[in-house]
Amino acid sequence: MLSFAATVLLDGVSYGMVLFLISVGLTITMGLMRVVNLAHGSFAMIGGYIAGYFTQRGYNFYVALAVAAIIPGILGGLCEVTVYRPLYRKGELSQVLLTIGLVFVATAAVTEIFGAFPYPVKFPEYLTRPIDIGFRTYPGYRVFLIVVGAIIAAILWWVIDNSIYGARLRAAVDNARMARAVGMNVNLLFTGTFVVGCALAGLGGAIGAGILTPEPSYSLKYVVLFLIVVIVGGEGSFKGSFVAAMALGIIDTMGKYFIAPAAPYLLYVAVFLLLLWRPQGLLPPKSAT
Amino acid sequence: MTNPSETQKAGGGLLAGMSPWALAGHALPWAIAIGFFFIAEGYLSFGTQIIIWILFALSLDLALGYAGIVTLGQAAFFGFGAYAAGWFSIHVSPDPILGHLFAIGLTAIVGLISGALILHTTGVTFLMLTLATVLIMFEYANQAKEITGGDDGLQGMKVGPIFGKYEFNLFGHTAYVYSLIVLFIWFVIMWRVVKSPFGRSLDGIRQNARRMRAIGTPVWWRLLAVYTLSAAMAGSAGALSAHATRFVGLSVLSLLTSGIVTVMLILGGTRRLYGAFVGAIVYFVVQDYTAKISPYFWEFIVGGMLIATVLFLEGGLMDLGGIARRQWERLTGKASKP
Repeated sequence: MLSFAATVLLDGVSYGMVLFLISVGLTITMGLMRVVNLAHGSFAMIGGYIAGYFTQRGYNFYVALAVAAIIPGILGGLCEVTVYRPLYRKGELSQVLLTIGLVFVATAAVTEIFGAFPYPVKFPEYLTRPIDIGFRTYPGYRVFLIVVGAIIAAILWWVIDNSIYGARLRAAVDNARMARAVGMNVNLLFTGTFVVGCALAGLGGAIGAGILTPEPSYSLKYVVLFLIVVIVGGEGSFKGSFVAAMALGIIDTMGKYFIAPAAPYLLYVAVFLLLLWRPQGLLPPKSAT
Repeated sequence: MTNPSETQKAGGGLLAGMSPWALAGHALPWAIAIGFFFIAEGYLSFGTQIIIWILFALSLDLALGYAGIVTLGQAAFFGFGAYAAGWFSIHVSPDPILGHLFAIGLTAIVGLISGALILHTTGVTFLMLTLATVLIMFEYANQAKEITGGDDGLQGMKVGPIFGKYEFNLFGHTAYVYSLIVLFIWFVIMWRVVKSPFGRSLDGIRQNARRMRAIGTPVWWRLLAVYTLSAAMAGSAGALSAHATRFVGLSVLSLLTSGIVTVMLILGGTRRLYGAFVGAIVYFVVQDYTAKISPYFWEFIVGGMLIATVLFLEGGLMDLGGIARRQWERLTGKASKP
C-alpha cells in the first residue's frame, strides 16, 4: 500500500517537473512584462519536435536536447523583438489575439513539416528500462525526469535568489517602473529572460515528450495546463509555480488512478474554485498583494 | 459611433434621420443575403453556416468588443445552446422554435450563473476562468454519454417543420431563411442595445471601469447583464447550428471554436456591427480556398492574418475604408475631424 502511494507520488512529481520546466519561463515573463503569452506552449512543442527529429535519426540524445533548447530560445528571442515588443503597450486583448495567431501559425508549420501524427522522441535505451530505486523498480525515464527537473529547479532557485541577475529580475517583477527609475535596463533583462524561458520550454518539451507527446494540437491542448501552473502559482512567482506544478502533477495523477472517468473535469473544477477563492494565485509576488 | 449626434437619435427609431448613403449601406448586406438565396442554390448550407457564425461572432462582439470583457469562453455558450436544442428535440418536442427558445433560455441562465461567479475577477485570472468554463463543459460532455453521446456526438435529432409548415429540406432552403431571420432579429436587438444609454455605459466601462464606478455606474451588474445577453445570443447560434445540421459534435465545445470565432470578429473589426459579417465571410472563403491547396495551410494563413490585423490594422477589415479616408484627407491637406 505504501509502495503504491509512493508510486502515485513519484508519477505525480515527475509529471509536475515537466510542467514546471515548461511553465517557468512563462511565469517570469507574464509576471515581468504582463504579457499574456498563449503561444508559450508552441515553444515547448517545437522543442519536442526537434528532439524527435534528431533522436529518430540516431543522433546523440543529449545533443538533441541541447538543440531542442537552443532553437526555441533563438526563436523566442526573435519573436520577442519582432512581434511581442509592440504588444507591451497594448492591452491584454491584443496580446491574447496575437499569441493565438502565433499558435495557429506554429501548429500549421509543424503539421506541414512533420506530418499530422504524434511524433515521438526516441529515448536512449537505458532510460526506457525500469531501474531499482530501493523499495521497488521504477521506470528509468521517470527517474530521469525527476533528477533533471530537480537539478534545473535548484539552479534556477539559486540564480533567482542569490545572483545579481536574480535580484534584478525580482526587482523588475515586483515593480518594473521603479526598476527602470534606478537605471536598470528592464528591456534587455526581459529579452534575456524571454530567451531563457523559451529555451527551458523547449528543453521541457523535449524531455517531457514521453508524457506530453509532440503532436500538432500540442500547443492548444496543453497551454491551459501551463497557464494553470502560472496563474494558480501566482503570476511572476517562481516558487508558486513550482508548488502549483507539483500539485497539478500529483492531483492529475491521483485523479487518473482513483477516479479515472471524472478526472479531467474535476481538475478544471478545482482550478475554477481555487481561482474564485484566491484570484491572485497561491503565492503571489509582493507587488500583486 | 463617437459622433454625439447619433446619441440623441438613440431615443428615436434606429433609422430615423439617416442619410440615404447610410441607409443603402445598411440595406446592402441584407440584400446580398437575400440575393444569395436565389442565385446560389447549391451553396445554401455553406451560406447557412456563415450566417450562424456571424451570429456567434456578433455575440462575442457584444461582450468583447462593446463591453471589453476579454473572454475565450464563448464556445461554452455556443456548445451549450447546441446541446440544449438537440436534447430538447429528442426528449421533449421536435418543434424547432420551441427548442430554440428553450436553448436560448437555458444558455442565458448558464451565462448568468457563470458570469455572476467570475465577473468580479479581471485580467489573466478572468481569462483562465473562461477557459476553465469551456474545458469543464467539454470534459463533462465527453463523459456524460447518455446525455450528449460523448465522442460520437448527439445523434437522432428530430427536427419538425417550422410553424408546422416549413420542413427543413435537403437543400437547406428553410434552414437558410430561418437562420437569416433569426440573425436579423438579434441584429436589431443588438443595435438597439449598443445605441441605448446602457450601451453607452458599456463603452465607458470598457474604457475605464474605475471611473465609471466612481460616477455611480453599477459596473458589475452592467457587465453581468451584457454577459448574459451575449451568452443567450451564442446559445441561439448554437441552437441554429444543431437544427440546421441535425447533429451536435463535441467540437462545438472546444477551445478551437472559441479561437475561431475570435479570429472572425477581429478580422472583421470589433464594435462595427457589420464587422462580424465581414470577418465570418472572409474567414470561410479563405478557409475554403486555402484548404484546397493543403489541409493545414488555412491555419497558417488565418494565424498570419490575425497577427497582421493586431499589429497593423487594429480596427479590422471594416476599418480599411476609414484608413483610406484618413490618408486621403491627409494628402489633400484637410484636417481630419477629431
